Amino acid sequence: MAARETHEAIETVFRIERARLIAGLVRLVRDVSLAEDLAQDALLAALSEWPGTGLPDRPGAWLMATAKRRAIDRFRRDRMIAEKHAEIGRDSEAETLPDVEAAMDDDIGDELLSLIFTACHPVLSRDARAALTLRLIGGLTTEEIGRAFLTGEATIAQRITRSKKTLAERGVTYEVPRGAERQERLSSVLEVIYLIFNEGYAATAGDELIRPALCTEALRLGRILANLLPDEAEVFGLLALMELQSSRFAARQGADGMPIPLPEQNRGRWDHLAIRRGLDALARAQTLGGANAPYALQAALAACHAKARTASETDWKTIAALYGVLSEVMPSPIVGLNRAIAHSMAFGPEQGLRLLAEIEHEPALREYAPLPAARGDFLYRAGRLDEARLQFERAAALTHNEKEKAFFLKRIAACDHQSGEASGSNP
Amino acid sequence: MKVMVLVKATEDSEAGLDPSPEFAQLLEKMGKFNEELVAAGIMLGGDGLKPSKDGKRVAFDGKSRSVIDGPFAETRELVAGYWLWEVKDMAEAVEWVKRCPNPMPGPSEIEIRPLYELSDFEEMGTPEALKRHEDLRKSLER
Repeated sequence: MAARETHEAIETVFRIERARLIAGLVRLVRDVSLAEDLAQDALLAALSEWPGTGLPDRPGAWLMATAKRRAIDRFRRDRMIAEKHAEIGRDSEAETLPDVEAAMDDDIGDELLSLIFTACHPVLSRDARAALTLRLIGGLTTEEIGRAFLTGEATIAQRITRSKKTLAERGVTYEVPRGAERQERLSSVLEVIYLIFNEGYAATAGDELIRPALCTEALRLGRILANLLPDEAEVFGLLALMELQSSRFAARQGADGMPIPLPEQNRGRWDHLAIRRGLDALARAQTLGGANAPYALQAALAACHAKARTASETDWKTIAALYGVLSEVMPSPIVGLNRAIAHSMAFGPEQGLRLLAEIEHEPALREYAPLPAARGDFLYRAGRLDEARLQFERAAALTHNEKEKAFFLKRIAACDHQSGEASGSNP
Repeated sequence: MKVMVLVKATEDSEAGLDPSPEFAQLLEKMGKFNEELVAAGIMLGGDGLKPSKDGKRVAFDGKSRSVIDGPFAETRELVAGYWLWEVKDMAEAVEWVKRCPNPMPGPSEIEIRPLYELSDFEEMGTPEALKRHEDLRKSLER
């Protein structure tokens, strides 16, 4: 006799099956909202039947079969109404009813993949893609998504509803894209996953408990995608980047909430299993020929830090070379700034200053505190303390983050202290 | 949240690898289950452990360290394998464990233990937590 199942257990089963269920139903009914409604119907059926019968052997298949029966009922009813109105009714049923059996035989992985591509469709805005992906694939509630993105639940609910409408209106096909379109659509998927990850990783405000959950969710999406697309190098590049960045979570903040710069982090607090997974994923991306693609390059940079047992063992020459490639593949003022920092570490502060001179007039860096902070650091290391002091003052004035400001003030104090010692005079 | 899922030992697992076709079948089913865990994106790692006769224990007492060779008694308290999973909550972990094929030929157990998270430690330093600790200490001294 099967054990009686509680509502909580049934809802957990549903949560696990939900994405695949909706993915299968979207293929059948070609409408995301309707697929969600049908899945919800199946949950209600399970909640009423399973407490008596116990869990079926294959709960996912049960839910799918139930939802599909409801779908067919709806089609029949809608068609009958349509026929009554049009008074035709000569079409044979087989011609207009969706081919349920064929849809059921479809590869489940393919269905999930097509749902991911649909949720990340470029006709939607980036924020809309992220919200829809978290809702459909991640199974987060609109309330959870709202909290994570620091917006109201109503805004998110509206954003999701509007996205589904846009998908229907623009006649988006629920297929896995092939050929040339595939690469473009895949970049959109990767962009959404990385957006979700960064939203959690760069959290400077908001509910600290839910925001790290976004990173976890992005990682889970990345792993699911890697399993579905085992030959796409950049999927593994992105997964590697996220694993390696997340490995430093526990170490990147002090007990006082102050950010701890990478060289000063306690490497014993890095998650070495995550580093292992990251390095494996990076190796896979490289084997697949994607070593010089943007995510894999960024992952390779993170890997250089992850592999160094101490900060002084960091392979800055490799990092400088990787930034050289990255600045060609994905040129941006920020990459240029990081490249200058890497060169200063590998070849001395003068090299850093030389590279900064190439990018200092970029409009994007005009009010950007890290630029004077880097220049101040190079000048400090070159022994040009008065000039360094001015740069740290500028950085402190530009930053909006109080903890960062405190950090720059400390560096100003260090300049004063050093120049006091150098001149040998007593203050 | 991360959970460690511990497959507890039995007399069978303590006997080591078993050449029978039943055991091969069990391994195959376990392989399929592992694939499902990977597809769901929850699998972080895991492995099977050799019997305790291959293991050692180090006992600590003050400055002394004494090494004890396996095998160890209390078979059912030993661990025969583990997974590390990333799940939303304990309910999800329980549901996935229920889907696991029988890990042993006979009756056996799987234990699920949540890992400490950063937030657990952050809570530890709060005034409320320190006060609870102080109150507990006082009540023990009484």
